[in-house]
Amino acid sequence: MKSAQPATAEIRALIAAHKRWDAAFALLGLSCMVFGIAVLFVLVGDMLITGLPKLEWAFFTEFPSRRAAQAGILSALVGSLYIMLVTAIVAIPIGVAAGMYLEEYAPKNAFTNFIELNISNLAAVPSIIYGLLGLGLFVYTFGLGQSILSAGLTLALLILPVIVVATREAIRSIPQWVREAAYGCGATRWQVVSDHILPYSMPGILTGVIIGLARAIGESAPLIVVGAVTFIASLPPIPGVEGSLWETLMSDFTAMPIQMFNWTSRPEAAFQVNAAAAGIVLIAVTLGMNGIAIWLRYRLRKAIKW
Amino acid sequence: MSSAQHENFRIADLPVKASARDFNFYYGDFHAIKDVNLPIFDKKVTALIGPSGCGKSTLLRSFNRMHDLYPGNRYEGRIDLLPDNINLLDREVDPIEVRMRVSMVFQKPNPFPKSIFENVAYGLRVRGEKSRSVIDDRVEQALKGAALWGEVKNRLQESAFALSGGQQQRLCIARALATDPEILLFDEPTSALDPIATASIEELINELRTRLTILIVTHNMQQAARVSDFTAYMFLGELIEFDVTDNIFLRPKKKQTEDYITGRFG
Repeated sequence: MKSAQPATAEIRALIAAHKRWDAAFALLGLSCMVFGIAVLFVLVGDMLITGLPKLEWAFFTEFPSRRAAQAGILSALVGSLYIMLVTAIVAIPIGVAAGMYLEEYAPKNAFTNFIELNISNLAAVPSIIYGLLGLGLFVYTFGLGQSILSAGLTLALLILPVIVVATREAIRSIPQWVREAAYGCGATRWQVVSDHILPYSMPGILTGVIIGLARAIGESAPLIVVGAVTFIASLPPIPGVEGSLWETLMSDFTAMPIQMFNWTSRPEAAFQVNAAAAGIVLIAVTLGMNGIAIWLRYRLRKAIKW
Repeated sequence: MSSAQHENFRIADLPVKASARDFNFYYGDFHAIKDVNLPIFDKKVTALIGPSGCGKSTLLRSFNRMHDLYPGNRYEGRIDLLPDNINLLDREVDPIEVRMRVSMVFQKPNPFPKSIFENVAYGLRVRGEKSRSVIDDRVEQALKGAALWGEVKNRLQESAFALSGGQQQRLCIARALATDPEILLFDEPTSALDPIATASIEELINELRTRLTILIVTHNMQQAARVSDFTAYMFLGELIEFDVTDNIFLRPKKKQTEDYITGRFG
């Protein structure tokens, strides 16, 4: 009877045939990766070539203008800054507290499971839906108008699920023995949370917060729905100097992506240059924020080893 | 209450620090501990031994209500703390009060990711102690009590994770000692340590026995024989035999106990 073990030549032929598939897939994977990165590089490179010459100091200090050469992003940059401040001040405490409550306080039952599932779903809702919500809730129902406050609150809603999810993941990565050790010392739940859970989960929470804010700063759809203005030739009053904080919050608003969107929709080629330059600034801000997130996580994690 | 009230355990005429009475414990439908009665003698070391799953850790963790942190379990009976005669299991007694009076050292060294000093000071901070000099003093005393002071006195601000495993476990003992607990619970405190670190922990328990009431769970019978005054042998949730440690190891009264300690099973 013939042995199940094939001859040497057959084994080698078999392996060679299998390895051809191996090599074929490696090649396919490599080309997909190169394609993906190349497209990105071409896009960013094209933007840099178009926009870089425009990035002079004046571009940052000038208001929008009908003449492309004189137009700048001052009001958009300041608008984005104010909106981000509102978003951060509202979304961070609420998101972190909600995540903390769900992980450390809420009982684990069908109701909290349902809530948890839906918070994850909310993170995937298209941003324009949040714009509609903001329009109905903040602009009309609360009568806040088409203001910096409405825009900031809308973006806060948008990134709230991101912060809640990041907070929960960060808290979950804390081993259970930390809680047992702290409770074992006679700590109350709040002492465990404030002395241990919150400080140890801070690197993860901060990363989530910054990723959320980086998402918010690039959003245009919800701001258009809430009523961003594309042409603002003045800055909101500086709170405490030129007016009250409320007046600032109730000012008309524009933002970086709105300004870009406006410029790209103009027929004149010179405005395309402006849009590219604004794009560079936006990418730089986003990358900068992600850089800060990485640096903070690295700094804080060095202090906490499990 | 004296030991005389434990009809089954007229083994020593000593003051009792705590006593479990008709204690039953359930994880869901699983009856993990069945009608356990056990005295813990004052300023003595009591060891709980038995094969895995016999309920010894469950019983130990009932003494500081650790189970209250998790859903799905239920317990009945009493664990009276003397001389105040407080039932530690009473729903009216806050588990936080129980944990302030009964400290615990865990299986795996579990210092906080904070400085050596802050680890030991934590129990005091939880109690609202603000005085810097009191905290300094207590931390030093606790570290001396845990035989760690000499090794760490010049590096109190370093991270607790910079210490070796055995040092970390002694740090956890110092953390427990800093608040003068009425009972100190050890849940297999050396199972994650090498033999040299184990020896240092056992030596420490030997020193602490003069000042403290200690309850220790161990899977290591030699350890129970070395460190304890009294030993309770548990099997399948029942307390099979409780006696002076020498009697358990040299003259066990029950066949089951003898089989276990001679290594015929377990």
